[in-house]
Amino acid sequence: MSPANKESDMHDEGRSKTLVRFDDVRKVYQMGTAEVRALDGVSLRFGRGSFWAIMGPSGSGKSTLLNLLGCLDRPSSGRYEFDGRDVGTLNDDGLSELRLRELGFIFQSFNLIPQLTVQENIELPLYYLGWEHGRSARHAKELAEEIGLGDRLSHRPMELSGGQQQRVAIARSLANDPPILLADEPTGNLDSATGTQILELLGKLHQRGKTIIMVTHEEDIASYATGQLHMRDGVIDRIEGSADASD
Amino acid sequence: MHQIRLVRNILLGIKNLLLHKLRSLLTVLGVVFGVGSVIAMLSVGEGASREALEQIRKLGSNNIILTAVKLAEDEAASAGHVRVGIYGLRYEDVLRIRETMSAVTRTVPVKHIRKRGRLGERSLELRIVGTTPDWFGVVERNVAVGRILSEHDLDQRAAVCVLTEYGARRLLATEHTVGESIRIGGNYFKIIGIVQSEQVSGAIQTPDLEVDAYIPLNVAREFYGDMIVRRTAGSRERELVELHQILVQVGSDEQVEPIAAALKAMLERFHKKKDYRMSVPLALRRAAEQTKRTFNIVLGSIAGISLLVGGIGIMNIMLASVTERTREIGIRRAIGAKRRQIIGQFLVETVVLSSVGGVIGVGIGLLFPWLIRRFAGMPTVVPGYSIALSLGISVGVGLIFGLYPAIRAAKLDPIVALRHE
Repeated sequence: MSPANKESDMHDEGRSKTLVRFDDVRKVYQMGTAEVRALDGVSLRFGRGSFWAIMGPSGSGKSTLLNLLGCLDRPSSGRYEFDGRDVGTLNDDGLSELRLRELGFIFQSFNLIPQLTVQENIELPLYYLGWEHGRSARHAKELAEEIGLGDRLSHRPMELSGGQQQRVAIARSLANDPPILLADEPTGNLDSATGTQILELLGKLHQRGKTIIMVTHEEDIASYATGQLHMRDGVIDRIEGSADASD
Repeated sequence: MHQIRLVRNILLGIKNLLLHKLRSLLTVLGVVFGVGSVIAMLSVGEGASREALEQIRKLGSNNIILTAVKLAEDEAASAGHVRVGIYGLRYEDVLRIRETMSAVTRTVPVKHIRKRGRLGERSLELRIVGTTPDWFGVVERNVAVGRILSEHDLDQRAAVCVLTEYGARRLLATEHTVGESIRIGGNYFKIIGIVQSEQVSGAIQTPDLEVDAYIPLNVAREFYGDMIVRRTAGSRERELVELHQILVQVGSDEQVEPIAAALKAMLERFHKKKDYRMSVPLALRRAAEQTKRTFNIVLGSIAGISLLVGGIGIMNIMLASVTERTREIGIRRAIGAKRRQIIGQFLVETVVLSSVGGVIGVGIGLLFPWLIRRFAGMPTVVPGYSIALSLGISVGVGLIFGLYPAIRAAKLDPIVALRHE
């Protein structure tokens, strides 16, 4: 049984349908004397099991939004609730713990650790979760087989193609069985055929119940998602598809 | 659980270090040589001090040795014409010591005469030692054959002698036999015993030599008198010396210092000139220990400096490594690693690095004393504590100098770290 299946079996029993909730979230950077409002009052709700594409031109605040969603950064003001918990009250260790247990990251440049093998890269979250070695090795192997790289376990990332590397990264993001995956331009460094495969894989994960938030600037990639959220100048410009994104 | 994690951390650390073998090796060279030099120098120091202490032990820690010293002005005055130089220790000194100092257990008068000894075809330049049986109680040497001098020999004014093994080998065709007589000057002495000689070379002179022949003091006095005539080019030099040495043995080590002070006061009072020298092995031992302490402090400073340099080297490389692996740190943080886990990872790496350096250093530290012993002939002793100390210090160096780079790694902003190229 894969962790993704387990998730879909239990995802709406006794839990709130809203997984992520932003209330008037702002992020202001100080650039010298100038104040940059990367996010200028964003309120939204992402439901459990939804698949969102966040779109917008560069500088529109979509990366900032994803960093805040991923608990890599803190809002300057406003409230962020994750699964009913106020993220603002968490300290650095608390944020790390939240990332470790509840979030999966997929990056444009894969971000695998070059000196580790495929197996060790997939095992990384399990290591920090404190899994016993044999168990985490078996789990990593299962995940690698699921993404079709069961025969590449002892390879280094550099020995793999871009598509394969991104699949390893997806396997890693699934290792801790998080309810939500955050993808930052996951196909940005891939050719279109490989990119399509990756998007199909994400679609499959969505069907198994994962909530997926994907940043992209391409319309046809965004069309894989059930909803599209357009950002402009640090605010939500418009929303298409599923209606539960914003108040 | 934590142990397993630590083992995995260590293995991961080793793996990362093996990625840059040459760099890792160069990084730890400072620690390698620091540790190596600590052990090598400590072993040389320990060897030297043990040798010194061994020599002092042979002198006896509860002994005080008084030796006659010929004064320089006498020598100058005697040049060109016949003159009698009177100096040295007196028979009455011995009596005074015996009468006034109850803590003294043995007082041994010693008279030296240089004479050639002959036995058949063989001859050897001997140092005749006129003394009492107590000599053998103060200068404890094993008796190889026969017996030592006795009170009876003195009472009888017996012309007997005790040779050393060396002297016996040179003078007797067959080794280790007693009963033959050797001729010294115009007198014949019956060999009654042979003792082992333990004379050691070095800074400290033991009272015995390997060319010694021990005879009763009164016999020496009777046969050779107290006058010594030396023939030098163009002139004859005569010296009147009653005793060349007095060995004083004290009951316990605690009484050595007060007795030494009393002896000094007594000699100063009765000798107008300072024609004697007092050596106190216990004080020598104290001096040797003090020297060793000083030596260890100097060593410690040198070792400390080299380990400091080694530590800075490690810190430098670890800072570079943190910069190089900024992205990795960002990835680990994004995945959920806590700050202290990042600190732990880098600390383990530096400790592994410095420990490996320490182990290599111990290897070098063991090799050098061996080479010194082998090729320079110096005694070396590698003290067990020096190995434990060096390894402990190298782990400490890793911890101290790894802490700052590790904290810097942990403080990186995950977003910035992830964007780092």
